[in-house]
Amino acid sequence: MVSADLISLAAQSCENAHYGNSSGCSFPAPSLWTFIFKPWAHVGMDLNKPMLLSVICMVLIVVFFWGAFAKPKVRKPGKLQLIGEMGLDFVRRGVARDMIGKEGDRYVPYLVSLFFFVWLMNLMAIIPFAQFPVTSVIAFPAGLALTVWVTYMVLTFKRNGFVGGIKNLCVPPDVPLPIYFILTPVEFISNIFFRPFTLAVRLFGNMFAGHLMIVMFSAASWYLLSPSIGALYSGASFVMTIVLTAFELAIQALQAYIFVMLTASYIGQALSEEH
Amino acid sequence: MIAHLAAEGPQNPLVPHASELIIGLICFFIVFGILAKKLLPSINKVLEERQDLIEGGIERAEEAQAEAQRTLEQYREKLAEARKEANALTQKAQEDGSAIKEELRSEGQRQREAIVAAGHQQIEADQKQAAAQLRQDVGRLSVELAGRIVGESLEDEARQRRIVDRFLDELEQRAAEQAPADATEGSAR
Repeated sequence: MVSADLISLAAQSCENAHYGNSSGCSFPAPSLWTFIFKPWAHVGMDLNKPMLLSVICMVLIVVFFWGAFAKPKVRKPGKLQLIGEMGLDFVRRGVARDMIGKEGDRYVPYLVSLFFFVWLMNLMAIIPFAQFPVTSVIAFPAGLALTVWVTYMVLTFKRNGFVGGIKNLCVPPDVPLPIYFILTPVEFISNIFFRPFTLAVRLFGNMFAGHLMIVMFSAASWYLLSPSIGALYSGASFVMTIVLTAFELAIQALQAYIFVMLTASYIGQALSEEH
Repeated sequence: MIAHLAAEGPQNPLVPHASELIIGLICFFIVFGILAKKLLPSINKVLEERQDLIEGGIERAEEAQAEAQRTLEQYREKLAEARKEANALTQKAQEDGSAIKEELRSEGQRQREAIVAAGHQQIEADQKQAAAQLRQDVGRLSVELAGRIVGESLEDEARQRRIVDRFLDELEQRAAEQAPADATEGSAR
């Protein structure tokens, strides 16, 4: 609630920041405030824009896949079904089969959901009116990483038993004995704490930084716009905004792909017998 | 005011908000639930059916191919047989033809021989006839000669001898004229 008041205070003090106008406002550089939204409503909890966007993402995915797969046809599939099949095939072949193997087919639904949910939340960064990557709020990638971590742990202990599971997590094979004294604690910490943490933070950081850049250049192109030499800077900033938007489009897909790729690799490792 | 902002500051961006975390997880599990329970099983079933269809199609095509191959073999065999038969027939026809030719030739030979033999017989008959005729003629001529001799009234012996010699010369001459003509006629046949 405090942050909301601050936002409104900051917004009031410099309503229309612009280079050379009389209110004397400096450049409204994007900051952490850019990622904190004033709650719209309070229904048991604060509801804000990222939450709404995540719900919209969920609805869009469900609607798309419902349209594609609810009444599938064996012969002459519709366009939507073909696109859905391509997406499914991409995750099945490119991720599940590659990283896990034949057994990976069981985890395709999980990986498909993860990939499209993450991708769509990333994509919100460049969709007009949304214009905010949901995954640049740590709670969303953290929640997904949590599900990955739980899956990883459950599969590890289910497949290998308790001792085997600990061994799977801490003792990599084919290493000379003395090295284990160093490697075992490193592996333990890495697998149990760092992996889920980095999984979430990698996605968050990429989206956070990308959004920051786009906001900065778009703010600058407005702030610098004036009937003077400054218009050149404004134009350059605008071009940068466009370029970064295109760049982000690639990064969004790539980060979603990396997210599921790593998830699949963790699952594959949990399922491997000898490890 | 800036000091105030810095002091209060936004919270650490790496600390998740509980409400956002919960909403995010709920959204994810709705997506996951619908995809895993309803949509992916249905599309997987269809994909398997399509796979079956395609594999069935390939199998059927292979069968048809094999069938076509078999038929082709059969046709080839039949064709080879027919060709062999045709060859046999041609050979037989040739043999028959040469046999017929041979027969015809021998027949011709036989006919020719028969004709030649007939010719010879004819000649012999002619000769016989001619001899008979000659005998008759000689007789008649002898009678004629005798008459003449008698008519001349045996005046002197020398004259009689001359008449007889002349008559015989005449006869020889006649015979000589007739013989070469017969010989040429015989060789020409």
